Amino acid sequence: MKSRNILAIAALAAFSATAAGARDEIRIVGSSTVFPFSTAVAEQFGKKTDFATPVVEATGSGGGLKLFCSGVGAEHPDIANSSRRMKKKEFDLCQSNGVTDIIEVKIGFDGIVIGNAIDSPAYDLTRQDIYKALATEVTQYGRTTENAFGNWSEVNPSLPAQPIEVLGPPPTSGTRDAFEELAMQAGARDAGLDKAAAKKVTVRSDGAYIEAGENDNLIVSKLEADPAKLGVFGFSFLDQNADRIKGAKVEGVEPTFDNIASGDYPVSRDLWFYVKKAHIGVIPGIAEYMTEFLDEDAIGEDGYAVEKGLIPLEEDELEQFQSAVTDLTVMTGEEELH
Amino acid sequence: MTDAASPTPDASFHSSEQAVARLGKRRAAEWRLKLYGMIAIGVAALALVALLWNIAARTMNAATEHYIAVEAQIEPGEDDFLRVVKKSARAAFPYVSGRSGKRELYGLFSDGAADDMRRAQEAGTLETGDAVPMRFLMSDTADLYLRGEFGVLETGATTGPLAITPEGKDYRLESGSDAFAQALGQAKTGLVREAATLRRQAARQGAGITTLEERLPGLTGPEREDTLAQIARFGAERDRLEGQASALDALITGDRQVRLALTDRMASFLVAVNGGILKLTEVSAGTALARPLVPMDGENAAPEGAWSLRILDRPEIGRPVKDRQVAILETLQSDGRIEEVANWKFFSLSDSTQPEIAGIKGALIGSLWTMLVTFCLAFPIGVMAAIYLEEFAPRNRFTDFIEVNINNLAAVPSIVFGLLGLAVFLNFFGVPRSSPLAGGLVLALMTLPTVIIAARAAIRAVPPSIRWAAMGIGASRTQTVFHHVLPLAMPGILTGTIIGMAQALGETAPLLMIGMVAFITAVPEGITDSATVLPVQVFNWANASERAFDMRTAAAIAVLLAFLVVMNAVAIILRKRFERRW
Repeated sequence: MKSRNILAIAALAAFSATAAGARDEIRIVGSSTVFPFSTAVAEQFGKKTDFATPVVEATGSGGGLKLFCSGVGAEHPDIANSSRRMKKKEFDLCQSNGVTDIIEVKIGFDGIVIGNAIDSPAYDLTRQDIYKALATEVTQYGRTTENAFGNWSEVNPSLPAQPIEVLGPPPTSGTRDAFEELAMQAGARDAGLDKAAAKKVTVRSDGAYIEAGENDNLIVSKLEADPAKLGVFGFSFLDQNADRIKGAKVEGVEPTFDNIASGDYPVSRDLWFYVKKAHIGVIPGIAEYMTEFLDEDAIGEDGYAVEKGLIPLEEDELEQFQSAVTDLTVMTGEEELH
Repeated sequence: MTDAASPTPDASFHSSEQAVARLGKRRAAEWRLKLYGMIAIGVAALALVALLWNIAARTMNAATEHYIAVEAQIEPGEDDFLRVVKKSARAAFPYVSGRSGKRELYGLFSDGAADDMRRAQEAGTLETGDAVPMRFLMSDTADLYLRGEFGVLETGATTGPLAITPEGKDYRLESGSDAFAQALGQAKTGLVREAATLRRQAARQGAGITTLEERLPGLTGPEREDTLAQIARFGAERDRLEGQASALDALITGDRQVRLALTDRMASFLVAVNGGILKLTEVSAGTALARPLVPMDGENAAPEGAWSLRILDRPEIGRPVKDRQVAILETLQSDGRIEEVANWKFFSLSDSTQPEIAGIKGALIGSLWTMLVTFCLAFPIGVMAAIYLEEFAPRNRFTDFIEVNINNLAAVPSIVFGLLGLAVFLNFFGVPRSSPLAGGLVLALMTLPTVIIAARAAIRAVPPSIRWAAMGIGASRTQTVFHHVLPLAMPGILTGTIIGMAQALGETAPLLMIGMVAFITAVPEGITDSATVLPVQVFNWANASERAFDMRTAAAIAVLLAFLVVMNAVAIILRKRFERRW
């Protein structure tokens, strides 16, 4: 009977599952911000060497580090990308799961841009403006009130008289984490809050901040369609769509490649990746992948990852991490982790 | 129906005034119903046409790609083809110098050109020599420029001859006519706009001062001091901005012979003359300063008609293709060195971070494997379950409970199946992450309820007389089911299975959890290799920041739809073969 044959195939399929063992391709998980750079390196690595092209998954920084720290062995990923430094909690999780030797590598920076349509008025914001416009509760001169600002000109009289409507990523996004920390919490500190109080600052939920999904392309097209709105997105999207959108100045600094690289633009964050030392030599190609990533051709000034929008490290910092990769320096736990 | 209760159906009942009115009303109601139906179909058809049109129009762009014909210097045993591309580019355009100039030149070529050569070398078909005629794949941004994505070069009005005199590295162009009036106008408009922007900013500072001064009387302590300081800051800023605006005004309204600079925030003006292309950088009435982008054959004055003014409206700052690249591309095009060919590579390459060399093959094969696993599991298990429940199982609370659960399972959100797959298949059974096997298992779970429900309905629809007849001539229940009931139920079962499979084909959410939403360039060779599927490919490309992925996303959607159509066609053919009438 026909169905008997089909059943046999199904049984075969189920059994072949047990045949899975060691793998020959590197597995990378983590940040969707690092994803485009990581995939570019993976692709070049696959072309240049005889190793298989690594498989890269965009799980988000937190999700990636959780997978990474879940243990040693072929069923766990070898490398985790992260758009922030590993947290102390995550480091401890790694240690308790037997992932003791971790190589930490910084690869560059990413700027977070607050932008609007190209023909809309230019904004010149301070981080304090951003905090006042978007926090749930605003503290000024010791008085804490619910955020009642409806117009940018109410926040700061020198800003355009347009309603506060900001499209941005949802809380699951690393970009949102970084935006809250680097723009809003820093703004809260500028407004006179102490460190503990600033940490508690949250984004208002009365419609002024509109969650627009993880897709930055979507935010870009929405800004184009609605010139009155502002949007929060990664620098690479400004770079690719400079004919449609423009970035607001923050603290008087324009979000350009040079300003982010030099650290003048305040809303920028570090990008990292973490490697399991125990997997080097077991899964083929990990050491070579690291070398490729830190190569001048990839994240040097004219590198291909830099063309994708990565802001490169300064010369001496690059050298420091290049040597960390060749010496396979592992994290000691003494680093300043949060 | 007319009112059946009418006791005396005399003639006036059907012909009276009320009856005619009643009839008219009923006919109108029927007519309205038909109209609503037509409107509903029209709206649905319109939506479908709009969707298909949108996809098809964008897919057309991905159907071709551009190549640049160059002569390459290839040594036997060459291993760095990226260098060959750069060397050949430099040799073809010797006049491009400087670091940024060379970067812009290399930016016209894709890494795919090097890949093509590497593949040719591996196949043993690569010619070597000092000037091998080759075609190099164009980069994604240059390709988009040729498709008019960054505006189209328009020809400006020119009359009279053009005098050319060298001035340092640049040239001074003089034309008696008003050829440069447009450029001058553009420069002035730019300045006017800039001045207006400055004034607006100054006015906002002014408004700020007013607001703060109104607030001032009610303030005390540090708040008052801060506000006073802010007023002073706003005042200084306002004065600075207004000073800048006045300086610009002086430029605009001043002496007619003033030279105005054309910046990268204004439209680009290119002059094609003597086989070269010059870019205007500074204009005044009648004369202009121009920088050569493509060198001229000579510096002779050009008579009327022998030179032209080309205008690109989109400012240089707002497009990834710079003026030098535009000039080179225009020269190449007029030399006939740009070829547009069908993009068959889209089907032979897999995912890439560079749009121009990204293809669908990996995802297509991945989808095939995944669907195979799904079908091989969901179809037999689903049909067996349906046969047992319909033909053999006793009717009791337990089977009722199972039935309710199957119906509920069909309504469970697909992401839940992904979580289940992660916990059971990956973590417990150790199925390889990202493999079509894992994906197929999860999707089979998702499809099972649909298959079971459809199969049960199809089996139930087979007339009992068929069963009685089979049993009447001595067939066992197993024989009855497999020889008579199942073949008759097959068309319905297949329809249900295809609906389930089509749903599974378009699913990404459950695959997220088991690692199939990933960047994978290898084509899977079996069900345990890492793979991705078509909808994931659509999702990944839609998320990429490169603009050229836009049309490839549309093309991937077209492939997904084609896959679906093929799957449905197979089901229809099978159904026709099994179909019986009684």
